[in-house]
Amino acid sequence: MIPEIGQFAMILALVLAAIQFVVPLVGAYRNDVAMMGVARTAATGQFVFVAIAFGCLTYAFLTDDFSVLYVANHSQLSLPTIYKISAVWGAHEGSLLLWALVLAGWTLAVARFSAGIPEAFAARVIGVLGFLSIGFLAFMILTSNPFERLVPAAIDGADLNPLLQDPGLAIHPPLLYIGYVGFSVAFAFAIAAMLSGDLDRSWARWTRPWTTVAWLFLTLGIALGSWWAYYELGWGGWWFWDAVENASFMPWLIGTALMHSLAVTEKRGLFTSWTLLLAITAFSLSLLGTFLVRSGILVSVHAFATDPTRGFFILAFLGVVVVGALALYAWRAPSLDSDAGFALLSRETFLLLNNVLLVIATAIVMYGTLAPLIYQMMDWGKISIGEPWFNFAFLIPTIPLIVLLGMGMHAAWRTQPTGTWLDVLKLPAIIGVVLGIIVPLFVYGRISVMLAVGCIAAFWILVSSLVPVIRSLRREKGATGMTRSMLGMTVAHFGMGMFVLGVTIVSAFGVESDRALSPGTSTEVAGFEFEMRELRNVTGPNYTAIEAVVDIRKDGGFIDTVRPQKRQYLVQTSPMTEAGIRAGLDKDLFVALGDQLGNGGWSVRIQYKPLIRLIWLGCLIMAIGGLIAASDRRYRVNVREKSKAPKAREATA
Amino acid sequence: MKPRQQRMLAIGLAALGIAIAAGLTLRALEDNMMFFVEVSDVVAGNHPSERNFRIGGLVVGGSVQREEGSLDVSFEVTDTACTMPVVYSGVLPDLFREGQGVVAHGRIGDDGVFVADKILAKHDENYMAPEVAESLSKHQKDIQAAVARGTEGCNPNDS
Repeated sequence: MIPEIGQFAMILALVLAAIQFVVPLVGAYRNDVAMMGVARTAATGQFVFVAIAFGCLTYAFLTDDFSVLYVANHSQLSLPTIYKISAVWGAHEGSLLLWALVLAGWTLAVARFSAGIPEAFAARVIGVLGFLSIGFLAFMILTSNPFERLVPAAIDGADLNPLLQDPGLAIHPPLLYIGYVGFSVAFAFAIAAMLSGDLDRSWARWTRPWTTVAWLFLTLGIALGSWWAYYELGWGGWWFWDAVENASFMPWLIGTALMHSLAVTEKRGLFTSWTLLLAITAFSLSLLGTFLVRSGILVSVHAFATDPTRGFFILAFLGVVVVGALALYAWRAPSLDSDAGFALLSRETFLLLNNVLLVIATAIVMYGTLAPLIYQMMDWGKISIGEPWFNFAFLIPTIPLIVLLGMGMHAAWRTQPTGTWLDVLKLPAIIGVVLGIIVPLFVYGRISVMLAVGCIAAFWILVSSLVPVIRSLRREKGATGMTRSMLGMTVAHFGMGMFVLGVTIVSAFGVESDRALSPGTSTEVAGFEFEMRELRNVTGPNYTAIEAVVDIRKDGGFIDTVRPQKRQYLVQTSPMTEAGIRAGLDKDLFVALGDQLGNGGWSVRIQYKPLIRLIWLGCLIMAIGGLIAASDRRYRVNVREKSKAPKAREATA
Repeated sequence: MKPRQQRMLAIGLAALGIAIAAGLTLRALEDNMMFFVEVSDVVAGNHPSERNFRIGGLVVGGSVQREEGSLDVSFEVTDTACTMPVVYSGVLPDLFREGQGVVAHGRIGDDGVFVADKILAKHDENYMAPEVAESLSKHQKDIQAAVARGTEGCNPNDS
C-alpha cells in the first residue's frame, strides 16, 4: 500500500509541477496577479508530494519491503539502518527521486525567500523551475519508477553495493545534488530575466546569493566524493579524472566563472549577456553530467543500447532546455550592450580573465571526457585518456588563473592606479616567492621548477588574501570594516590557496609503494617503519573481514597503530578493501591490504601523503567563504523592507 | 593607448595564449592516448610498439602464478580465440579472479610477454569493461572451454 501511495504522490507532484509551470508564466505574460499567485502555492504543493513519495520509498527501505523491486535490489535485512536510508539514493531510480526532491526544495526556497522580488519576476522564476520539475518527474514515472513491485516478493534483498556502505558516501550525493540542482535557480533567474526583458542590475543581485549557495554545496559535494574515493576505493588517490568526477567538476568550473561574472554584472552592469550565457551553461552542464552518468553512455556508446529510453529521454530534455534557452538568449542578448567602460588595469579586466581561463579549463576537461566517445563514434579506435594528460593540460589555464587571482583581488573597479596597486602587491609577492622556495627545499628537501611554481602560487594567494584582512584590522576603531561579501571572497581565496598548496606538496612528495608483509615482518617507506604485528578475523554486521594490525614507527619512536581490513560481504560476495589511515594535518600514513601471497604473506600498499588534508580542508574553507558571502546584508535588504512594511501597517491600524 | 587599442591588444594576447595552450595540450594528448587492442591483434603483431596500450579479456583458469611471498604475478588473458601471457608486479584489484574479465595497461616486452603497469578489474559482479565484452562477443568461441584450458587453434590473421 505504502509504495502505491508513493507512486500516486509522484503523479500528483507531476500534475502540480505542470500547474506551477503554465499558470504563473501565463499570469506574468498577462499581468494577472491571481494567476501569478498560484506559483508559490503550486511550488509548496509539489514539494509536499515529492517529499511524500520520498518518505514512502524510505519507509519501504526501513521496513525491508522486498516486494518493491528497487528495495529488493539495493537493500538487505542485516544492512545497518543508516545505510538503509542512504540506499534510497544508492542507485538510479532513487537518486532521481532525490534529484526531484532537491529541485522541489530549491523551488520552495525560492518561493519562500523571494519576498523582495517583483511578483511577476518571481512567478516567472518559479514557472521555469516547474518546467524542470516536469522533466524529471516525467522521466522517473515513464522510465525509472522506484516503486515498481516485485512479484513474488523476495525473501531477502541483494544488498547495497559494499562500496556505498560508508558514511561519506551516504551524504555525498545529497550535497552534490543540492549543488548541481541549485544551478537550476540561477538558470531560472536568467530565463525569467530574458522573458521579461528587464535585465537591470537588480536581476544580478537577486541571482547572486542563490548561485553562491549552490556553488558552496557543489564544492562540499565534490570534496566529499574525493575524500571518499581516497579512503574507500582503497588506493589512496584523491582525484582520478574519472568521467563521473569530471561530470560534476565541469558545472563547478562554470559555476565559479558565473559567480565572478555576476559580481561584475551586479556592481557595474557589465558582462550581462555573458553572465546569462554562463547561467545557462552551468545548468546545462549539470544536466549533461546527469545524462552522462545516468545513461550509461560513459561506459560505452554501445551500453547506450541497454536502456535507450533513459538516455534518449535525458538527451531530449537536455536538447529542449539548451536549445530553448539559447534561442531566447539569441533573441534578447543583442539588446544588452552596455556602454560603460573600464580601464585595462581594473577589477573588471581581472574578472574577465578569470572567466576566460575558467571556460578554457572547462573546455579541456570536457574534451578529455568526451574524446573517447567521439573516437568510438567515428570508429577511430577505442582510446582512453590518461590522468597525466588531464594533470598537464589542466595546469595550462589554472596557473595563470591563480597568479592573476592574487592580483585581481586588489584591483579597484573601473580603474586602478598602477602605483598604489604595485605597493599592495609587493609584499605578498616577495613573501610568496620566498616561502614558495624555502618550504619545499627545507621542509621537504627538494625543489624543481613545477614545484616552485605551485608553492609560490599557493603562498602568493594565501598571503595576498590575508592583506585585506590585515589592512582592515589595522584601521582605527569606528572605521568601516569589511563587508561580508569581501570577507567571504577573502576566506574562499584563502581556502583556494590551501588547496593549491596541498595538491602541489602531495603530488611532489607523496610516496606510494607496494610491499609484501607477513605477521612479524616490517618494511620501510618514506622513512617510516611499518610492522605487521598480527592478522586476525573480525566480524561486522553484514561482512567478515581479515584485519591486519600494523604499527608505524619513525626512528624507533612509536607513532600509531592502523588496522586495514579486507572485507568479504556476505550477500554480495565481493571483497572490499578498507584502508588503515593515520590522518594528520601534516601528513597521512595509509596502509591497504592487497591480496594473499601465500605463506601467510600479504601484498600491502603503503602510502605517505604529506599535506593531503589541505586539499579537503581548503575546499571546506572555500565553501565557508561562499556561506559568508551569501549572507551579506545587501541581499536581505529588500526582504526586510517588505516585512517591515506590513508590521508598520498593523501598528497604525 | 586608446581604449580601442587596449582592447585589440588584450584580444591579441588572449588569442596567442589560447593558441599556445591548445598546441601544448594536443601534443600532450598524443602521448597520453591509450588504444585498446584485442588479444588476437596483439598476437598477430598489430599493436603499437613504442608506447603503452590496453589489452583486455578473461583471465585463463589456473594460469595465475605467483612466487611465494613475492609481489610478482603472471597470468594469461584470452579473448576466447587467442591467449597471451601478462606479467605484473604489485597489488591486484579486489575483483581480480580467474575466469573473470580484466583490463591491463602496459606494453609488449621483447619476449612477447605483456608487461602491465596497471591492472583493472570490474567494479561489481555485473559489469564488464565494454571493450572486453565486445572483443569476446566478436570471437565468440566457447568461453567456458577457453577459460578452462586456454585456446586452441588461434588464427590471429583471420580476424
